[in-house]
Amino acid sequence: MAAQIVENEEPQLPQILIHRLPSFDLPFKAQLVTRFRLIDPYASSDPTAFFSSPQAQSVRVLLPVGPSPVTADTLRCLPSLQCVIGSSAGVDHIDLAECRRRGIAVTNAGSAFSEDVADYAVGLLIDVLRRLSAADRYVRSGSWPVKGEYPLGSKLGGKRVGIVGLGSIGYEIAKRLEAFGCSIAYNSRKKKPSVLFPFHENVCSLAANSDVLIICCALTNETHHLINKDVMTALGKEGVIINIGRGALINEKEMVQFLVQGEIKGAGLDVFENEPNVPKELFELDNVVLSPHRAVLTPESFTTLYEVVMANLDAFFSNKPLVSPVDLE
Amino acid sequence: METAGVLMTYPMSTYLEQELDSRFDLFRLWDFPSRTKFLQQHSHSIRAVVANTTCGADAELIDSLPNLEIVSTYSVGLDKIDLVKCMERGIQVTNTPEVLTDDVADCAIGLVLATMRRICECDRFVRNGAWKKGEFGLSTKFSGKAVGIVGLGRIGSAIAKRAEAFGCPISYFSRSKKPDINYKYYSSIVDLAANCRILIVACALTEETRHIVNREVIDALGLEGILINIGRGPIVDEAELVSALLEGRLAGAGLDVFENEPEVPEQLCNLENVVLLPHVGSDTVETCQAMADLVIGNVEAHFLKKPLLTPVF
Repeated sequence: MAAQIVENEEPQLPQILIHRLPSFDLPFKAQLVTRFRLIDPYASSDPTAFFSSPQAQSVRVLLPVGPSPVTADTLRCLPSLQCVIGSSAGVDHIDLAECRRRGIAVTNAGSAFSEDVADYAVGLLIDVLRRLSAADRYVRSGSWPVKGEYPLGSKLGGKRVGIVGLGSIGYEIAKRLEAFGCSIAYNSRKKKPSVLFPFHENVCSLAANSDVLIICCALTNETHHLINKDVMTALGKEGVIINIGRGALINEKEMVQFLVQGEIKGAGLDVFENEPNVPKELFELDNVVLSPHRAVLTPESFTTLYEVVMANLDAFFSNKPLVSPVDLE
Repeated sequence: METAGVLMTYPMSTYLEQELDSRFDLFRLWDFPSRTKFLQQHSHSIRAVVANTTCGADAELIDSLPNLEIVSTYSVGLDKIDLVKCMERGIQVTNTPEVLTDDVADCAIGLVLATMRRICECDRFVRNGAWKKGEFGLSTKFSGKAVGIVGLGRIGSAIAKRAEAFGCPISYFSRSKKPDINYKYYSSIVDLAANCRILIVACALTEETRHIVNREVIDALGLEGILINIGRGPIVDEAELVSALLEGRLAGAGLDVFENEPEVPEQLCNLENVVLLPHVGSDTVETCQAMADLVIGNVEAHFLKKPLLTPVF
């Protein structure tokens, strides 16, 4: 066991295995290290060595950083694993089927990011409808005095907004857009009994009755390419798509065709199928707003995330119910 | 009524132009080589002026139209119309209040989000291929931040309503405290700026409000402060704003209006922490049609001797 990978050697402290892509740092390591014994294999030159070491046998808690993938192979090296503490809203980077089979609990960021993501979704929507980024380019390039008035945008008030996935993010988006005079409807796996917004059992019917689709559901086998050409056809020429969920929720190739051919009106995209690669056809379009997967990234949301992660760790080590468990069923 | 001469000062809306043309004897000022030329030929025929904020109705124009009865402006703002002169002459004035309130408020919130969450900068980052070379930095959360509104009229109130849905505490500055409103009132704009993170300028441009956002206000808003202007350019001392941004005394700005439109200070165009819009606050297809309908409705009502829809006096 290489000493440099273990922080805080106090033997009586609960032990956590940090799992991260080399490019990601644990944002609140300094706080965690005062309470836990942290094992960080990526601090050593040979990260894989830890996973075949005897110490891997006793790891009960895994803390993957951001989107670092937790595969079945990783899980196999950790026979005593009981809990994966996720630090993102979507947990598609964790092999949930394997966790379910092994009875390993998984937590996510809970609602830590919900407000920031909802803010961002509203920002992208206003940007697309009112063409803010394109107008900002117009001013910066000196076109205003030369070409005169900028083309008209379209009004947000009165738009019918369809929310795909009414979890805590979707709910925060709905709450905000109601204040702008939008009407809200939603699609999700099942109708929420406490929610008054109209429910659509399938996403095509939601799209056909919406001017704007906001995609904020989890990426699973069932939701992969959920937004395909049928949905976009139902949304129609005046329709706008906002995606702050995951790139693979949309069939990106088909969406690019719809945008290029004017079969939908515009899109605001924070996520893409093959990040950081973005289809270059989109770069030429003024009716799209492109963002490098930034919706959650504010210092404020990291503070809230830290509180959620700590609360989950405390709950796990004191045998209490986890604060933000992911439903594995 | 069909023979009444109507002068349109500027090509503000094709739809409005067509509708006016089908109802009245429409003169387009921009069709004439000069204003003088136009006046020599037609000054006596004009009974109504349809103006906007680019080309209004100043004292000179009003004085040269002896039969002018009504000025109907395709705007909320009246700063390009000589109201005193109109009142002296008994000329009616109408504007287009209400219809564009929502759009301007949406634009204000859009500017706040675009500035704080760096959305336009993100879009530039992706389009120029920088994402493949590294990650974009962090941005600042909007929800829950203190919002200060300068001028709590229709537009200011609509902005407040939206910001409340983001959990933001609201305070405001205006000439007087509004009864029945729970937002915190400041009688000094400097105090308002010192107690909010985001200052949104939504008041009318008058002699009292010209350069009301000056260096003292900007410095009170401070290092982390964001200034949003969807009112009129001259409400903000633009030179002071530019120097505050260049010197890092302000976190950012979202501007739909400028002192000398369409000119925008070149230094601003090189800054990443500003969002610059070409005065599009109310520019949506839906609202422009509603505004045009209101302009037509007012002119028609006047000639039919019916009550005006949205009189200013």
